Amino acid sequence: MSHYESPYREPLILGKKSYHDISVDIARPIETRANKNWWIAFTIALLAFLWGIGAITYTIATGIGTWGLNKNIGWAWDITNFVWWVGIGHAGTLISAVLLLFRQEWRMAINRSAEAMTIFAVFQAGLFPLIHMGRIWDGYFTLPIPNQFGSLWVNFNSPLLWDVFAISTYLSVSLVFWWTGLLPDFAMIRDRAIRPFQKKIYSLLSFGWTGRAKDWQRFEEVSLVLAGLATPLVLSVHTIVSMDFATSINPGWHSTIFPPYFVAGAIFSGFAMVQTLLGIMRKVTHLENYITRKHIENMNMVILLTGGIVATAYLTEFFIGWYTGSPYENYTYMSVGAATGPYWWAFWSLILFNIIIPQFLWFKKVRTSFIWSFVISIAINIGMWFERFDIIAIVLSKGHLPSSWGRFEPTFVDIGIFIGTLGFFFVLFLLYARTFPVIAQAEVKTILKKTGQYHKNLRDTSHE
Amino acid sequence: MSKKYYVVHASYNDDEVLMDAVKTVRAADHEIEEIYTPFPVHGLDKAMGLKSTRIAIASFLFGVTGLLTAMWLTKYTMIQDWPQDFGGKPNGTYPQNMLSFVTILFELTVFFAAHLMVITFYLRSRLWPWKKAENPYPSTTDDTFVVELEVTENLEEVQSLLKKTGATEINVTEKIDTEDYE
Repeated sequence: MSHYESPYREPLILGKKSYHDISVDIARPIETRANKNWWIAFTIALLAFLWGIGAITYTIATGIGTWGLNKNIGWAWDITNFVWWVGIGHAGTLISAVLLLFRQEWRMAINRSAEAMTIFAVFQAGLFPLIHMGRIWDGYFTLPIPNQFGSLWVNFNSPLLWDVFAISTYLSVSLVFWWTGLLPDFAMIRDRAIRPFQKKIYSLLSFGWTGRAKDWQRFEEVSLVLAGLATPLVLSVHTIVSMDFATSINPGWHSTIFPPYFVAGAIFSGFAMVQTLLGIMRKVTHLENYITRKHIENMNMVILLTGGIVATAYLTEFFIGWYTGSPYENYTYMSVGAATGPYWWAFWSLILFNIIIPQFLWFKKVRTSFIWSFVISIAINIGMWFERFDIIAIVLSKGHLPSSWGRFEPTFVDIGIFIGTLGFFFVLFLLYARTFPVIAQAEVKTILKKTGQYHKNLRDTSHE
Repeated sequence: MSKKYYVVHASYNDDEVLMDAVKTVRAADHEIEEIYTPFPVHGLDKAMGLKSTRIAIASFLFGVTGLLTAMWLTKYTMIQDWPQDFGGKPNGTYPQNMLSFVTILFELTVFFAAHLMVITFYLRSRLWPWKKAENPYPSTTDDTFVVELEVTENLEEVQSLLKKTGATEINVTEKIDTEDYE
């Protein structure tokens, strides 16, 4: 009876599973060969990645002039993609850290993949500011290290430098959080491996994990403390990203609601990306018993909440912009000027994809449907990209001085780099899905007796 | 004189059975050398008499170190070594400027607390690449729970006690303690 859970709670693990069955199910994608669909997806992703490498090489060899930037719009496409990728990178740590503190057991089936997605997305995000430096080999100038230029230090007052610190801390902490959680699962794969090469690789990756009682005690404490540290960290990252804009004096950017609104938007887009990836992965890897309708529904509810916060922020921005009566505010990204100006399509895409389409999640039928969740998650991914594009390109296209108004048009190089990062992201994720235990099996085993369908049924029918 | 002793490995296939077994074995005054489990079993550390870990305290101290490092770094670079004047707001004293360093102070605190704690964990639990795994059976990372005992006398009594607690398999290896032999 120590594992009792109310029968009203839906089971999180379907079917009749034993501890061993869980190991077998999680190890299956690693131990079997990749099928044709995987190879097709991988080839497409790899080609996109190679195209991106080409575009990056061209940019670095020729200069930032290959991009669609102009005198008026000094950053647009790259910072849009940077913020988009960083935002996507927020769901992983939220799921693994915040939901751990709230003791949400449904996180255990999805935290591993969400964290992987986080790390891969932050890689992509980091590429953009580095490339935009032009001289990528001088990237180390962002670090406060003694150098040959006298006492030339970095500027700790600058939000751009805060970004460097926030994102590198976030990336590295997420990485060790992820890896520490992976150790017992790598050890499980290692101890099952038959081929010597596989055994060698997984011994290396598992750091010699044996599952001693003392190690588990430390493991749990470390996970808890890391979750406690990562929770304010994840909130700080997008807060600081929003300060890149909010601390400037541009109308439309100089806004105090940016930090909370960006954080909500980041979680919104991150969960949408998790939904996109897991919707496919649960089918391909046959993990339908672990990533269930309940998981999809719970994620959709988080999307609905954060999407609501984002929509409220848009309305606030629109109202406050109008209420100031300032003519400058009439051309910010949330204004009548934006809705009717040359970027009307970007404005209305944002409204459609980010505000209107997610509202369908209020219906339980839609919220619990795999197909509709997938479709809506794609819409949100597009909508959140437009949010960043609107905030940056629309605001910069109409600044304080009407004589310098101009538009941003991306070149093929801009688009190439973006597609390249999409390719890179999917290359990493597809490789991950075949070589890593995609579900934290050790953690899932701890809740098997409590929320496993078979064990729940057994309990509910055995007494009274 | 060399001393002969036995290492007993009792396997269980259920965490609840294991918990009861641990309590029974401890009540019979046998010291448990080690337990290998495929997943964290809640309350096992207390049941087998492990002291609670102090790694969270270590993490706090690492965090304090990070905070102090960040304070020194921002003060030295921005106030002492090369004070600047941004938009008519000179970097005069540290307290006046600290607000704009809060993010850096926070990030470095987290950076130090998280990484040094994880490194401490890896070192204390002897986890690193190329480290050889020492679990008695491969299945302890899958679904087998193994209790390890070191017995010098009354081996049979221990074996029958373990069998009574529901052990599915009991393995005994004879070892010779050579420490005081040389």
